[in-house]
Amino acid sequence: MDASQVIFILSAALIIASALMVVTTRNLVHAALWLIATLFGVAILYAVLEAGFLAVVQVVVYIGAIAIMFIFAVMLTRKEMRDRGPQVNEAWPYAAVLGLLTFGGLWVIFSKWDGMGRFPAEITGGPNAVLTQLGVALTSPDAFVLPFEVASVLLLAALIGSVYVAMNKK
Amino acid sequence: MDFTFWTDPIKVVNQWMMLTLTGWGLSGAVASVIANLVGILLLITGAMVLDIMLVWVERKVVARFQGRLGPNRVGPYGLFQPFPDIIKLIIKEDITPDGADKVVYNMAPIISLASVIFLWAVVPLASTIYGVDLNVALLYLVAAGALGTLSIIMAGWSSNNKYALLGAFRQVAAMISFEIPMVVALLVPTILAGSLSLQVITNTQANGIWFFWLSPLGALLFLISAIAELGRSPFDLNEGESEIVSGYHIEYTGMKFGLFYAGELLHAFTFGGFLAVMFFGGWHGPWAAQYPLLGAFYFVVKAMIGYWLIMWVKYTVPRIRIDHMLAFNWKFLTPVAFALLIVTAVAHSLLKGLGYWPYLLGMFSSNIILGWITIEILRASTRKQRLAGQAPKPVAQH
Repeated sequence: MDASQVIFILSAALIIASALMVVTTRNLVHAALWLIATLFGVAILYAVLEAGFLAVVQVVVYIGAIAIMFIFAVMLTRKEMRDRGPQVNEAWPYAAVLGLLTFGGLWVIFSKWDGMGRFPAEITGGPNAVLTQLGVALTSPDAFVLPFEVASVLLLAALIGSVYVAMNKK
Repeated sequence: MDFTFWTDPIKVVNQWMMLTLTGWGLSGAVASVIANLVGILLLITGAMVLDIMLVWVERKVVARFQGRLGPNRVGPYGLFQPFPDIIKLIIKEDITPDGADKVVYNMAPIISLASVIFLWAVVPLASTIYGVDLNVALLYLVAAGALGTLSIIMAGWSSNNKYALLGAFRQVAAMISFEIPMVVALLVPTILAGSLSLQVITNTQANGIWFFWLSPLGALLFLISAIAELGRSPFDLNEGESEIVSGYHIEYTGMKFGLFYAGELLHAFTFGGFLAVMFFGGWHGPWAAQYPLLGAFYFVVKAMIGYWLIMWVKYTVPRIRIDHMLAFNWKFLTPVAFALLIVTAVAHSLLKGLGYWPYLLGMFSSNIILGWITIEILRASTRKQRLAGQAPKPVAQH
């Protein structure tokens, strides 16, 4: 077992344990904090896979923006942080069956795939080249410039919409 | 060996450690893990020892700005003042308030300091002395800032104190909104160097021009948003004493408060360092490329100058109101930052091939023109407001 496998097992354990805590803890702010631990574990996985850019973006976007927004929303909309009442509804057996089936399906697919034992291809041109390729792909007309721009127009529309909703009409 | 301790200290020490550890019968992989851990420990220890001395620097400088002498009793020039300070913090009673969320409450100061220590992983102290040359170092800076935001909201919420929560809300609002001009200001050196790596940014400046001369406005924007990110005056609403006593760390006593304080001081110094790396050439200076320890010295001097600038602003400018602060960010800083980004990108790609002087003068004057246009727009809009205020009020009709 080499170092990256040890790190993988530790971070996978962190992800699963904290994801379980997200749905089982009764305190909503604690749930948000456990969610942050889960997202951080995913960032570690990206770092182990030598996807440094994705790891850092994961922390900036998910922890720095989305999780903070969750905590704000919980704090500003609820007086009681503790969630009472049953934690599962009557549909839980179906959800459990669906979850197990998904897990089994993934198990079967991955055990048949021969890529599991292979080592990743060597990155050519160093890590900086990957980042440059990503940037070029996002802005070049023969790659992803259209989806990229459409996504930014969508975000702009959401921004203008929220400003309109929040605006004090005179 | 074509390198000695004076030309590549880290490599020499690392080789010596590897030889010693493998000599003890450890395998190469284990030895390299241990050597790296020792390196991390040394880097953190160095940063923390520097942090202790920053307490003295901060207290001495604030005293001079306020026309006082500052600490002058313990040791020469009061140099040993931080040690009684630390002893006092350690022997104070450790109080956890009633109704506090204990785990979150105790984790917040640790994460707060850790978010600053994380930054030291990417700081290039010299040409060969650095933790790691990350190819996304500038984004990493933003990510570490996100963890700092998280620690503040954890501290504010878990203290079970309304003042603490209000302070945390204010600080987080400031950090989230000032993150936008900061990210845009970080893109300016990225465009100029063509990389997010701090080592590449420093080397580009070492072989060419300091980015301050290419983008003085970018340096100014980074300085302003860094001060807001630090929560220092004039943006220190998080601890407006007259309103919310001392903000998110109101309930913390002893060394837990000490961790927040140490984190703040080290954060300010680290941002001084980032200012030096991105706009003032980092470790670059005479003979710094041959002798890395000299480069590290230049880096610390430049970072201290940046830190001193931040202190100068802190102890000169009074605190501003929260609506003014947010308006300043959204209506002034953010638009200027985006305009600067566009101007820098266009001017850089047009002037790049024209040689040294046209490039330097073109970039510098494009920044000056943009700054001048901004000031003219501001003047016109305040003039309009002033005239509207002076206009005769309509007389009420019966």
